[in-house]
Amino acid sequence: MNTSTTVWRRILLAAAAPVAAVLLALVLSSLVLLVVGSDPLDAFGRMVRHALRLETMVDILNRATPLYISGIAAAVGFRMGLFNIGVEGQYLLAAIVAAHVGALVALPAFLHIPFIVLVAMTVGAAYSGFAGVLKVTRGINEVISTIMLNAIAVSGLVAFLINRWQSGGAVTGGVGRVGTEPIPSSGRIPDLNGFVELFTREITQGKRLTGVLVIAVLAGVVFHLLINRTRFGYDLRASGINPIAAQVGGIPPKRMIVMAMIISGAFAGLVGLTEIMHIGFFPANPIQGLGFTGIAVALLGRNRAVGAALAALLFAFLDVSSGVLQFSGAPREIVVIMQGIIILAAVIAYEVARRAREREEARTAAEALEVNETEEVVA
Amino acid sequence: MAAAIELIGITKRFPGVVANDSVNLVVEEGEIHAICGENGAGKSTLMKILYGMIQPDEGVMRVEGQEVRFASPLDAIAAGIGMVHQHFMLADQLTVLENVILGAEPTRSGGRIDFDSAEQEFRRVAEAYGLVVDPDDLVEELEVGERQRVEIIKVLFRGARILILDEPTAVLVPHEVEELFRNMRELKEEGSTLLFIDHKLDEVLAIADTITVLRDGKTVATVKPEEVTAHDLAELMVGSDLPTPEAGESTVRDEIALEVADLTVQDEDEREVVHSVSFQVHKGEVLGIAGVEGNGQAELIEALIGITPAASGRISMDGTDITNLSVRARRELGLGYIPQDRHREGLLLPSPLWENAALGHQTKPPYAKGIWIDRKGARERTEEIVAEFDVRTPGVDTPAHALSGGNQQKLIVGREMVAEPSVLIAGHPTRGIDVGAQAAVWDDIREARRAGMATLLVSADLDELIGLSDRIVVMLRGRLVATLDPKSVTPRELGAHMTGANGGADA
Amino acid sequence: MKRFGALPAYVRWPIYAFVAVFVLTVSQNLDGTDRLTSVTTAQSMLRWAVPILLAGLGGLYSERAGVVNIGLEGMMIVGTWMGAWGALKFGPWWGIVAALVGGALGGLLHAVATVSFGVDHIISGVAINILAPGLTRFLSSIVEIPGWSITQSPRVPGVGSATLPILAGGKIGGWTSPDLLGWIGRKDWFLVSDLADLAKGLVTRAPWVTIGALVFVPFTVWLLWRTRFGLRLRICGEYPAAGEVQGINVYKYKYIAVIISGALAGLGGAFIAGPELSGIYLEGQTQGRGFVGLAALIFGNWKPGGVMGASLLFGYPFGIGLRDLDGSASHALILVSAVGLGLVALSAFRRGRKADAGLALSLGALSVVWYLLSDSVESVWINIFPYVIVLLVLVFFAQRLRMPAADGEIYRRGEA
Repeated sequence: MNTSTTVWRRILLAAAAPVAAVLLALVLSSLVLLVVGSDPLDAFGRMVRHALRLETMVDILNRATPLYISGIAAAVGFRMGLFNIGVEGQYLLAAIVAAHVGALVALPAFLHIPFIVLVAMTVGAAYSGFAGVLKVTRGINEVISTIMLNAIAVSGLVAFLINRWQSGGAVTGGVGRVGTEPIPSSGRIPDLNGFVELFTREITQGKRLTGVLVIAVLAGVVFHLLINRTRFGYDLRASGINPIAAQVGGIPPKRMIVMAMIISGAFAGLVGLTEIMHIGFFPANPIQGLGFTGIAVALLGRNRAVGAALAALLFAFLDVSSGVLQFSGAPREIVVIMQGIIILAAVIAYEVARRAREREEARTAAEALEVNETEEVVA
Repeated sequence: MAAAIELIGITKRFPGVVANDSVNLVVEEGEIHAICGENGAGKSTLMKILYGMIQPDEGVMRVEGQEVRFASPLDAIAAGIGMVHQHFMLADQLTVLENVILGAEPTRSGGRIDFDSAEQEFRRVAEAYGLVVDPDDLVEELEVGERQRVEIIKVLFRGARILILDEPTAVLVPHEVEELFRNMRELKEEGSTLLFIDHKLDEVLAIADTITVLRDGKTVATVKPEEVTAHDLAELMVGSDLPTPEAGESTVRDEIALEVADLTVQDEDEREVVHSVSFQVHKGEVLGIAGVEGNGQAELIEALIGITPAASGRISMDGTDITNLSVRARRELGLGYIPQDRHREGLLLPSPLWENAALGHQTKPPYAKGIWIDRKGARERTEEIVAEFDVRTPGVDTPAHALSGGNQQKLIVGREMVAEPSVLIAGHPTRGIDVGAQAAVWDDIREARRAGMATLLVSADLDELIGLSDRIVVMLRGRLVATLDPKSVTPRELGAHMTGANGGADA
Repeated sequence: MKRFGALPAYVRWPIYAFVAVFVLTVSQNLDGTDRLTSVTTAQSMLRWAVPILLAGLGGLYSERAGVVNIGLEGMMIVGTWMGAWGALKFGPWWGIVAALVGGALGGLLHAVATVSFGVDHIISGVAINILAPGLTRFLSSIVEIPGWSITQSPRVPGVGSATLPILAGGKIGGWTSPDLLGWIGRKDWFLVSDLADLAKGLVTRAPWVTIGALVFVPFTVWLLWRTRFGLRLRICGEYPAAGEVQGINVYKYKYIAVIISGALAGLGGAFIAGPELSGIYLEGQTQGRGFVGLAALIFGNWKPGGVMGASLLFGYPFGIGLRDLDGSASHALILVSAVGLGLVALSAFRRGRKADAGLALSLGALSVVWYLLSDSVESVWINIFPYVIVLLVLVFFAQRLRMPAADGEIYRRGEA
């Protein structure tokens, strides 16, 4: 059997839907740009040229890093048919606790960094796991509970803790920002500028490529292996596809739900690391919305490690390069719309593609076999 | 006088199969006409065509002499045809009246429902046919039999003169069946024409005026009940050259593989659905459990598998008490399961075959290596299954949903058999699959039986039970009410035990 | 308990309200504050409740037709922008119209994705919630109204308000009618005056949108439970296949329901941006009220009256918190929660659910301890009150809630 062609065919099929979604977003936003009187070709050209600069790439990677981890966190739930809408609350809570605790202790770097990472993962896992426990013990749908827990974390717990723990914050990029006590340098992850500069030129403009990128890549690899290669991952996917068959196949449904929520939350705990371990503290006005964008990243990347990476880079590119749009007379906000259109178009395209694929598979299977079996026609 | 329904040369093809192959049918006005046939004979397709839910590829339909062409059920309703679905089309949270008037609501100005006249009409219809239901009850509060009456009222409310009943007795307990038949006769008295699907021959013979038998999508005979016996009908349904299961030499050994003692199981509402059931299955033995669906068999299976906890009693396998073990622990001890509903319980439809083959066995080699899934080992094992159990598929990476039902079932049987279980629970193992696959599944079970496997066979197919089992127990209302020898029992006797018609333990 | 549940809604709701006010009055007397039942508290409560109510009713239409709509938040955001824009560009009433249309378009998008294309309802809702703030930000960047910046609008004019005559002293023609409720309220009669004050707050200078929203509650009951349209809409949420075999166009009703849902959420947005609540469009000003609306829908057990009760309950602590600079009135709320948890424990105990009773009792005891050990409550805790309440309700009463049977399921035509 010509396996390689089937593999290519499958990759093409998988790529068709997101590419279509991005193209649709391009066309629609071009129309909008034309309406507001700017030249789409010029605008997009500028964005791409801008993105090819080394400093912009650093910005894009810095932006993509938390988005990607957030996407992975959401993807863990999705692969089991669970909607962890609560990544937002989980990562903010994890980040502020980890930042505070990390600033309190004095440890050598090889212990300090893992310690902070562990604290963040634990807090995220616990908060997410709570939603899992509510689901299995009280039958509360995780969408509802995580929406509520999000609000409780963001407007309640985090707001409360920031009032308690905020100090002078730290000076970043010459600007003082209010936030938690800064984490000593032993607890910060060094930037990757030195490593990158080995292969390229010097990175200027004071840009620093976050070392958390390494953690993000590791998270992606762990996610991929865990989901696709381990027995646990098999159990998780099976539970997501058909919970009843999974249960009959010996997979304990309740434990899987709690475990999946815990793992998802543990990944969510890592989202805030760029903030606290790169910049060094938890700011009083943290960037919000990473949790929700993470859901978008997971959806666009079809809950796969590589797909989510591409999606995160695309979103980061749009965010970062939007700044140059004003030079071609276009409002930079156009990219936010593009992101929205991409997601909506992508989820619709995936659904359409899925149906088309199923029909195709059933047809080829039937053709290959010349079945003449008279059954199941009445279903 | 024109016939109520006349079908000439109705043909309906689906990809790969011809569901109805030039079907001819004449239903006279005011008669009760039964359509018999095995699963997959094309009965439901025919009913759906009659009700406008699907459209035939060829053929002519006449209703009361007029040629008709239904684009949707609405056209059928307009032509005076009503359908009582096997799975009730009733919303639990709506009242009986709301369910009945849905789609045919009497309204006042502004789209207001005229509940008063609706209720009057409801009561008129209900009383005319002797159907007793309170219109203000929520449907969720009703018993199964009552729900069926609501369905019938719903059809009559729309002025139907021709009623199609799709396996109306499948969900009923015996006294409800009697009630239904009484209602059906009353409907006939009032001038309605009834067309009903059934494959329980004693019922068909008891109620029908005319019987049409379908086989492989074709009409093979139209007979009068006075002229035939149940045996004749059965032969017409299955044809003469079809394989029947044959247990052959007994391979029963002395060792007990599965022992169930005083097992009681409760449903979600803490009602007892299995009462203090005890039995033993020996190595090399097939124990058949007969019973009308809904008499506790499904719950018994769930308790044995470990999905539902036992309320009391003991289950042991090869001498080990497994009553409190998890599903996984039981399966690792050698419990195999062929589920009663393969799409619901047995398959990961979008996943490749090799992942489906691993389901239930994913903790052990060759599917697993430590904490990892052994993709290579799993694929190889799946290829063995595909070859050995004749699963027709382009490859082991094909998703399960692309396979036909028979091949899906062969895959499930294969994955359980290659694991060499010491006890196999088989729930309706050949339901809804074609004749060839059916014979293959029977052969597989027989072969494993020779090797010492103990099998608990739950089936609604009486021939299957009689042909495969070494011993048959009958389950009625959650209790085991009789033990029978398949060598001497006839389907009719078995049926009598299943419905409690012989007096038995049923009060 | 069962007998009480069998009473008609118009008897049960006044009793609920009476019990609520009674608990408040008792707590108030224990605590020595008078703000729990003052006129201004009632007014602020209502002001906070209306957007929640509108979002909740929006959720009700959608979910009664079987479509889960967590995109309410996004539709509400669109409503805030459109409301402000319409009002500034064409006049106050056009603001209302624009918000309705904007929200409805959001609903249409959700319907296209979920109904026609069979996209998972949650996924589509999340996508809309991501799209909406981007869209409003973009619109802000291209809008040409003086004083409109990227994140906020100039002052938004409103459609005005009305005071009920006779009961609250509203004018009939030129004649100033008596202020009956105000008169009782000033008498300082235990409970009676408290009730009068709260009631006066509800009918004094009530914005037209508020009146509209409140009238919409009984209208919804009538529409969904007494008309053909309502019955057909509800079957789509309970058992769409049963509707389809009776010739009901399930897709059509789902579309209509989700569009109504979006329009209501949009109207809620207009209320927030309008002078009824803020008087200005401000980015991010919905603050998750769409989600609170969803919470109200659940708390209200997918019924219009329940949604209204939940909205008032959720609006109440904000009503207090608004003027409660020292946090002392909010502090009294802890006591109220403790009493509430006590009642839950009692009811759980009577139903034989000992574990639940114990849990509620310990949570109640914790509240009492918190109350005794503190003098005030930080506003952050007020902000999360509705969410905590809903989690508690779900923990204790999840089994008694009934969502439409086919809610959230993807329905394909021809499945019947």
